[in-house]
Amino acid sequence: MNFQINILLGSDVPIYRQIVEQVKHAVAIAALKEGDSLPSIRSLANRLVVNHNTVAKAYNLLVAEGIARSEKGRGLFIATHRNLYSKEELRRRFNESADRFVGDVLMLGFKKSEIIEGIQSRLADVAILKD
Amino acid sequence: MSEYVIETNDLTRYFGSKAAVKQLNLQIPKGGVFAFLGRNGAGKTTTIRMLLGLMEPTRGSATVLGKDCQNLTPADRSRIAYVAEGHFIYGWMKIRELEAFQSSCAANWNRDLFRTVIEHFGLKENMKARSLSRGQRAGVCLALALAPEPELLILDDPTLGLDPVARRSLVEAMLMVTQNRDRTILFSSHQMDDVERVADWIAILDEGELSVCCSPDEFLKRLSRWVLRFSDEVPPVPELPGLVHAMQYPNELHLTIANYNEKTEELLAGLNPKSIEQTNLSLENGVIDYLSGNSRIVSLLQHAGGVL
Repeated sequence: MNFQINILLGSDVPIYRQIVEQVKHAVAIAALKEGDSLPSIRSLANRLVVNHNTVAKAYNLLVAEGIARSEKGRGLFIATHRNLYSKEELRRRFNESADRFVGDVLMLGFKKSEIIEGIQSRLADVAILKD
Repeated sequence: MSEYVIETNDLTRYFGSKAAVKQLNLQIPKGGVFAFLGRNGAGKTTTIRMLLGLMEPTRGSATVLGKDCQNLTPADRSRIAYVAEGHFIYGWMKIRELEAFQSSCAANWNRDLFRTVIEHFGLKENMKARSLSRGQRAGVCLALALAPEPELLILDDPTLGLDPVARRSLVEAMLMVTQNRDRTILFSSHQMDDVERVADWIAILDEGELSVCCSPDEFLKRLSRWVLRFSDEVPPVPELPGLVHAMQYPNELHLTIANYNEKTEELLAGLNPKSIEQTNLSLENGVIDYLSGNSRIVSLLQHAGGVL
């Protein structure tokens, strides 16, 4: 597993949120797969040099959102992927993210064909990750 | 017996006619790390000194580990460790002698813990205190404080003047202490990075008064920052409930507001700005806004034409 959580201090995103987002992202791009284990609360807290309650909070959230499941005495594991959001919410999130991306790349001066090509090559990369 | 490790009731201290601490009501739960924030002279050290029974309150009272802090017995004190600001140690002693000296007055002394902390700071027992750097002295003070395995650890600005390596060592040592859930740490600090790493709770003291006491998450949830843009001149800063800080820029008014609600929204709209937008707020900026109060309404960097 080639996945490392890193945090940024002084950010407007609280540390526990950063941990949750990074795990979610890793699941989305298949850097973490179902059944992969996450580091123990203590070991991650020690490595990041943060309060273990902060890591515990992130892990609780990951479990509550169905991203991970906790096995007593064994730790946290990535759960089977389930759809966490309603259809409307999924669409809303998609649009939000697409708007941001399209805005950014148009601003950088890319043409429509270049944008489509770029996305396709990215999706191909992800497809390889998902084997 | 109180469920709180520290509880203060209208704790007040005057120096002459000036109130250093005003009617402080603080409840610190057992376990976890409590960060005490505030500007220089806000009353943090005075509060800590009263909690330890080193200074009498003018009014009010406080309990520490359920005991009145004016009448702490040696047995009570052995459950509390205190590291004063500046990391004072006797210069003529070696670390080994400092340990022997301190342990002779302690009911309980964990030698392994002492050595572990000393080594963590890259120190040897035969080093002389006088020759130590500030960071090394911090390490010795911390080792001396931790070896009796206190239930409550009070650190007054422990990272003041430390280099980044010593600071990190200190933060790691604090986190090590909290791995035991029965231990509580109260520390004052100006280093928001450290606070973000370790604190379960933050309390902000402003000119002797408590203005915030909650978890860092709660703090950021309740606080929001808004940017109002105007086509021409920025109106004077309005009276707003929950206004924490205002900053004026050319054509822009930045407002940090606690407990933003529909009423606040209405009041902001009443200023007729061209646009209202919420922006992001980090813990550090939120705390700075709280501590700035009425100062810093115009940024020093915004002086028209500059002063230099």
